[in-house]
Amino acid sequence: MKMTLNALEDGTRAVIAEMPPGECAQRLEALGLYPGKTIRKISGMPFKGPVTILLDQRQIAIGHGIASRLIVEVEEGEPREGDRA
Amino acid sequence: MPSCDGRCTSCEGCLSRLPSLPDGREDCPKRILLTGNPNVGKSAFFSRLTGVHAISSNYPGTTVGFMEGTLRAGKTCYRLVDVPGAYTLEPTNEAEEIARKMIEEGGDKVIIVLDATALERNLVLALQVLERGIPSIVALNMVDEARHRGVLVDPAALQIELGVPVVPTVAVTGQGIRELVAKLDEATVSPLAGVPREERWQRIGEIVGRVQKVVHRHHTWRDRLEDASVHRFWGALIGIAVLGVSYRVVRQIGEGLINLVLDPFFESAVRPVLMKISDLLGPGSLLHTLLIGTLFDGRIDFELSFGMISTGLYVEFVMVLPYIVAFYAVLSFLEDSGYLPRLAVLFDALLHRLGIHGYAVIPTLLGLGCNVPGILATRVLESRRERFIAATLISVAIPCAALQAMVVGVLGNLGLRYVFLVYGSLFLSWLILGRALHKMLPGFSPELIVEIPPYRLPSAEAFAMKLWFRIRGFLLEATPLVLGGILVANLLTTTGTIGFLSRLFAPLFNVVLGLPASAAGAILLGILRKDVAVGMLVPLGLSASQLVVATVTLAMTFPCIATFVVLWKELGATDTLKSLGIMLITALAAGGILNAAFSFFS
Repeated sequence: MKMTLNALEDGTRAVIAEMPPGECAQRLEALGLYPGKTIRKISGMPFKGPVTILLDQRQIAIGHGIASRLIVEVEEGEPREGDRA
Repeated sequence: MPSCDGRCTSCEGCLSRLPSLPDGREDCPKRILLTGNPNVGKSAFFSRLTGVHAISSNYPGTTVGFMEGTLRAGKTCYRLVDVPGAYTLEPTNEAEEIARKMIEEGGDKVIIVLDATALERNLVLALQVLERGIPSIVALNMVDEARHRGVLVDPAALQIELGVPVVPTVAVTGQGIRELVAKLDEATVSPLAGVPREERWQRIGEIVGRVQKVVHRHHTWRDRLEDASVHRFWGALIGIAVLGVSYRVVRQIGEGLINLVLDPFFESAVRPVLMKISDLLGPGSLLHTLLIGTLFDGRIDFELSFGMISTGLYVEFVMVLPYIVAFYAVLSFLEDSGYLPRLAVLFDALLHRLGIHGYAVIPTLLGLGCNVPGILATRVLESRRERFIAATLISVAIPCAALQAMVVGVLGNLGLRYVFLVYGSLFLSWLILGRALHKMLPGFSPELIVEIPPYRLPSAEAFAMKLWFRIRGFLLEATPLVLGGILVANLLTTTGTIGFLSRLFAPLFNVVLGLPASAAGAILLGILRKDVAVGMLVPLGLSASQLVVATVTLAMTFPCIATFVVLWKELGATDTLKSLGIMLITALAAGGILNAAFSFFS
């Protein structure tokens, strides 16, 4: 199921499906985030705050606006708690 | 083996202490570039290799300019250049722009520092550098932490993949530094050809697949703490706790040093010496006025006498230095722990509404120590618009530690509510001005995208070194300005210049700010040093509310000379003038509103 990173539930693993348009895609890619990559959402901050994800054992914070244009696909099956993505 | 003076070439511990040679470009023409992603330990390497201290912290973007030092390997001498951290040579910010230019200019060799805990992402820059055809050597850094996290990277296999020597290292402890220096001569041009962008990740994936093994491991308490720190509820709670504890610790250390160590020392050891000098010079002589200042009942009053070696030394060493030590002790610990980028996550929503994103919290915190490094650190922000807003906000509404120490020292005696009134006014001005700039300036600000480093326990040695260098920096820079500032103030007073300027500005100060004309001199001299300026306000006999108005106006108005110079360098002439105009208007507005509020409520 496809959704935005903002809509993804905390603690859930997902695969990056579409990068946001514009130059922020380049900045995300520089950090190792590109389509096909598996991530786990750690949390989203209130008041349109950033979303923090876990990518290759490293936390990355992404602004709300970008996260609302970053499309992820949730993997089938139960997310396994305790797994570092 | 590096050997600058022929001593002690066998002990790794000594390497970091070997003196570096003066930077002789003529007899040391060869250049080595030290490059890598942000926060992989380049600055720690630089300090180890050259003996020149480079500030390193646990967050991306500590080094935004570049540093140069001398490194000796056998008989060869090199100039080692610490290139700012970059994820890619397709620049996305100012620091990466500088990095790309430096790599393009080239060097005789390149040391590529890779973070073994995040190999895949690190290889992007590594491949981009390797394809430039400069003889290279790779330092596979943080191998200890990687092993701890269950990431095993095989250096020999990586060496085969990249075609250049790979040395496993731990820069903070110095492990592998000797081997790295010994292998500098083996640096070669990589046979790898450029990879088109579309194939980059696939290619890197293949390399990583062949050199790295990830062992499964369970959640540790550190993982849990890292996750909790960016959680919407626990994160806020941790943030409040960290800031609260930091504030308490700064106050405790600062007050402790003042009340238990430095003030008693000045009373018992410095006062007798100064009194002897005073007798020798004879009160009333010009030299006495300049050095010792006015006597009260035949005694020196450290806060009021206003001589270079009475009030001057007291202000710098007793009132300001303790808080500098306290502030930088706490800041350095927070920097090295890796907490600051998490603070950026917490503050992003607020800062985003001021036209800057969460990462601006780091320059702002640095600005609370001294505006100069704060403004320099705005280079981590991506756009010119953000950098203008962040730099202007820092120079207008972020009081440096020296100024804060004086505010606490002077207003604290009259009641803590006055101190909070000053902080409250500055914070409110910061919010309103940020919001206004965001609304008025054309364009938009990019959003937060930042890597958050793992928590690390700061190394005692690195912490002590960093604290010492910051304190030394303060003493070297502030001493001449504080003493000179008091000299200039006294000279201007005796020649009547202050009186003239005060009369000139009297209407403005009387009507708008409710201050006597004499306060004008102090606020104008804030250009030299703001702590000295607060010191000048003390003998004027202002009421508590007048002192609040004066310190807020002083804090917000024209920056001190050091801040002005760095603003000019960072923003350029036009934007600096714009920034100064904004400063003067907001300072007068804030001071005026405070004054009006005081007269309304009294």
